[in-house]
Amino acid sequence: MRVLAATIGLLITAPLRAGDLVYDRDVRPILAVHCLRCHSGPDAKSDLRLDDRSSLVAPRGESAAAVVPGSTAHGLLLERVRSTGDDRMPPKGPPLDTAQVATLERWIAEGATFASSDADGIHWHWAYRPIVRAEPPTVARVAWPRNDVDRFVLAGIEAAGLEPAPEADRATLARRLALDLTGLPPTIEALDAFLADAREDAYELYVDALLQSPAYAEHLARIWLDLAHYADTNGYEKDGRRSAWPWRNAVIDAFDRDQPFDVFTRKQLAGDLEPDATAEDRIATGFLRNTMTNEEGGVDPEEFRVEAVFDRLDTVSTVWLGSTLECARCHDHKYDPFTQRDYFRFLAYLDQDEPDTTPTLHGSLAAGAMETVAGPPAADGTATTATTLVMKKSATPRTTHVFAGGSFLAPREAVDAGVPAFLPQPLAGGGDRAALAAWLTDPKNPLPPRVFANRLFALAFAKPLVSTLDDFGTQGEPPTHPELLDWLASEFVRDGQSIKRFLKMLVTSSTYRQSANADAATLAKDPGNRLLARAQRVRVEAEVVRDVALAAAGILSAKRGGPSVFPPQPDGIWTMIYNDDRWVESAGEDRRRRGLYTFWRRTAPYPTFMTFDAPSRETCVAVRPRSNTPLQALVLLNDPAFVEAQHALAQRMTERPGLGDAERVVVGFRRVTARVPEPIELETLLGLLAEQRAAHPDAEDAAWRAVASVLLNLDETITRS
Amino acid sequence: MQDDLDCRRTTRREWFRECGVGLGSIALGSLLADDGLAASGASARPPHFRARAKSVIHLFMNGGPSQHDLFDPKPMLVERDRQPIPESFTNGERFAFIQGTPKLLGSPFAFARHGESGAEISELLPHTASIADELAIVRSVKTDQFNHAPAELFMNTGFARIGRPSLGSWLSYGIGSTNADLPAFVVLLSGGGQPSGGYSCWGSGFLPTEHQGVVFRSGRDPVLFLSDPPDVTRASRRRVLDALRTLNERRLEVTREPEIATRIAAYEMAYRMQTSTPELADLSSEPRSVLDEYGATPGSASFANNCVLARRMIERGVRFVQLYHRGWDSHGTGPHDDLLTSLRERCAETDRACAALVRDLKRRGLLDDTLVIWGGEFGRTPMNEERDGSHFLGRDHHPHAFTMWFAGGGVRRGVTIGATDELGYFVTQDPVHVHDLHATLLHLLGLEHTKLTFRSQGRDFRLTDVHGEVFRPLLA
Repeated sequence: MRVLAATIGLLITAPLRAGDLVYDRDVRPILAVHCLRCHSGPDAKSDLRLDDRSSLVAPRGESAAAVVPGSTAHGLLLERVRSTGDDRMPPKGPPLDTAQVATLERWIAEGATFASSDADGIHWHWAYRPIVRAEPPTVARVAWPRNDVDRFVLAGIEAAGLEPAPEADRATLARRLALDLTGLPPTIEALDAFLADAREDAYELYVDALLQSPAYAEHLARIWLDLAHYADTNGYEKDGRRSAWPWRNAVIDAFDRDQPFDVFTRKQLAGDLEPDATAEDRIATGFLRNTMTNEEGGVDPEEFRVEAVFDRLDTVSTVWLGSTLECARCHDHKYDPFTQRDYFRFLAYLDQDEPDTTPTLHGSLAAGAMETVAGPPAADGTATTATTLVMKKSATPRTTHVFAGGSFLAPREAVDAGVPAFLPQPLAGGGDRAALAAWLTDPKNPLPPRVFANRLFALAFAKPLVSTLDDFGTQGEPPTHPELLDWLASEFVRDGQSIKRFLKMLVTSSTYRQSANADAATLAKDPGNRLLARAQRVRVEAEVVRDVALAAAGILSAKRGGPSVFPPQPDGIWTMIYNDDRWVESAGEDRRRRGLYTFWRRTAPYPTFMTFDAPSRETCVAVRPRSNTPLQALVLLNDPAFVEAQHALAQRMTERPGLGDAERVVVGFRRVTARVPEPIELETLLGLLAEQRAAHPDAEDAAWRAVASVLLNLDETITRS
Repeated sequence: MQDDLDCRRTTRREWFRECGVGLGSIALGSLLADDGLAASGASARPPHFRARAKSVIHLFMNGGPSQHDLFDPKPMLVERDRQPIPESFTNGERFAFIQGTPKLLGSPFAFARHGESGAEISELLPHTASIADELAIVRSVKTDQFNHAPAELFMNTGFARIGRPSLGSWLSYGIGSTNADLPAFVVLLSGGGQPSGGYSCWGSGFLPTEHQGVVFRSGRDPVLFLSDPPDVTRASRRRVLDALRTLNERRLEVTREPEIATRIAAYEMAYRMQTSTPELADLSSEPRSVLDEYGATPGSASFANNCVLARRMIERGVRFVQLYHRGWDSHGTGPHDDLLTSLRERCAETDRACAALVRDLKRRGLLDDTLVIWGGEFGRTPMNEERDGSHFLGRDHHPHAFTMWFAGGGVRRGVTIGATDELGYFVTQDPVHVHDLHATLLHLLGLEHTKLTFRSQGRDFRLTDVHGEVFRPLLA
């Protein structure tokens, strides 16, 4: 992946003028691959450090300096890389090619500076530059685009000499939309209504219905829980329980109401500091309380307070800046322009608080839409009101210091709150969370809209424009469609940061409606689907795998919100040394709630989710891997939750009287895939049914369960296609 | 489309050839090895040349064990204990945690020579010392990385960030498996959780996902959900899987999606694992004497149990078994990572089992074909870390020189190779960079590291990137 970035990197950079040569972008990569392994750091060979300009230009006894700025005729570096003799550098591996040598020559001729901004003082790296809203390009296939997103995408496809894929059939689109926007397959009723809807705007109406459905907000919240690294326990060795679910309720509620993302940002980070803050505003700050807490005896509380503040900073920077600042905790960032001092100045915004809890009042969240948030009954059976973890500004201001080596016991210089110099500076002063939130929602700050537009793009297309969702720095991947990314970021801001409207724009595009099947030419030319000349096919995420099975079988509970639940899990998962807490299975419909409500213990998360690549939630996770293993097959075949779904789906197929076998199979097939089986598929399933009946003539139910288990295990069932 | 019609008429094998979906030719071979991945055989592929080893057990001592206290004694360190390190060594160097001018730390542990080879091994590893004549101890390993996650990724994938295939997945891709009933690449974890590099340490990167490592759980049930529901017979399950495969293959034809091929293979593997795994994982069938030798207790979660399991997997043809044991990160910031206590504990947890594993493999005639690797992601500094004035002893991360040991298939026996300077800071003789190590491991498995390639995004990738040389001094 990264290699491709290198090859196309030069093509997609922002509008630096021709003639601008940028050390970090153009020169350093050459040196990094061919030279720096030996010639950098304190034990650099021949005492020559190419990562240090003073070493580079220092006179070297009898021989010339490595680099004589302004002169391509002198200097050891050029001499040696041009050499074809024994003294050629690098001594092993391929020599530098002509273009690379030419770049070095130009860099040296221009003075061999290590500058990273262009002549206008604007940073060279695309992600740190102001957002530029380009005009959508003109395209040859004028009839194809439905909106401006399509113009950007189609221009790329046409430039590569390819064609967009044909539109997917309606059933496929109905299922794709439902999975992308709600994390559930469409119900048969919704599917039939959509397929029969002859209105011009049937597609848009179907999208609207999904965006208005309660499942939408739960689906969005699930993604936010990964970023916030929500869990129901404190982490570390003891990993005791905590009450944080009221915050999860508040997140679902905010997505439900389509709270504009800038408002949402302000409340998640500093709701308690809003003028006239409500209980709900305070609960929203639980976002920052998803940090781990060490309850071991003998630990220094200050150490873990600081650890939590570090974690908050890492989370905030990953979520809003798409930047992993963690390295700068101990030392200046190696690749990106963050210094250690930047890190601690940024940290100061988050360093003014103390932990607090707040009661969650009955009915205080989204009156009507949510469960009332009464806590679980106390031991004596009386109802209690749950409290939840929130942020509270300390009465006494705290002075933030740079910590040498990131250690809280080694405070050095004191720093004021501030943001890295290469980004637009805050308009207003202030050094608390509210000031940080104001800066993150300042329209002039280019990173948050870019990062979030990319996240929503990934949600809609199963394919981000910047594949490293958590790294917009120089080591991340550059965007496949830089102009589109900027256009989307500016459109998101222009349109008031409505997530629902933004997603609607994306999913109503022609780009979205393409089939996932590509012709041979497209596959050959664009195997990674960087051009978006087809829809992306991916296995759905852990919780969705389970939700799809339960929903298709008609047994998914529709209950929303409330404390986490305990569906069946194998014995022995919760055996811990320092904690005798037990997993006591929930009763009734709580066994079949959506995955996001499953109790999340950081040291022993729900195993089925782990098998499908869910994170442990110890830290912020922006991208889950997608593995494909035999262990997943065993979950889908034998996990009791999925076995129960097999039984229920069998029942769904057989419960309606008067249907023939084929019709019954079609009912089941549509429940899992939304489409009607091809003749060969139907034949296969009827064949299985006949075999099972022959083998066990008295077990009609079991025969249908066999069919149901095939249906629930289809690759297509757990795939967004 | 004509393409589709053609595809439908041909067999899967021909279809793959004609409408290839971008898989490398070797990987394609593996998918089609038994045309349809039925339970008919394994997917072993011939190596480039005669292999010296057929399988690997990698004992990954996660966190970075201290070479100064285990395998590379330095009298001068003891002599200059707590004196500032000469600046010529650290000039301008950045450490993960050490600040200012650090002081040297002589090993508090005694060393002695062992075996006919006279290998110097610390008192902390008495059992390892007892197999000294089987080992090639290499004191001159170097890496580029000094933080855990990047260093773990580098040791596993030759690349310090996520996204590249791991060594085990390259082997699965390169030479396949000799047992169709178990994954080619299995990962076993002990010592608390995953390595910080996470899943990517055994990921398949851009290789087809069927090559990724499969994690077995430690303890009673190495694989969850292995048993069919009580009312499902084996025959019935087989019929279900046959129908499922027919439908998934049909989908593969329509979509040309390589992930579906992996999923088909995964279901067949899962079916076979239902039979092979319970027997494999049942340590109670081992004689008491063997369990005692390892220090294993059936049913518990431990490194020793994982070592027994590893041997059983190797017996059954698993290609690459990687055991992670965490907790070697002895910084000396507190009682939990104090060199004096925590290093002793880690050694006690692993030493007996490591030695028993090598002896057991040898007794069974498996050692000649099995390469055993012991080591971490980097070494530790010759200096006391003394973080924030801590009075506990500890060492920081150190990439410039550390020790690993090797035993078995194709490596020399009873030798200590490579050397470091008088403080154990830099390598002075026979340096082995991680890329060289990878080249050497592939070589031992019969693979030429420059030829084991996979084309991704228009470029041929190797485990060793553009680096790596076979480290001849290690070869028998």
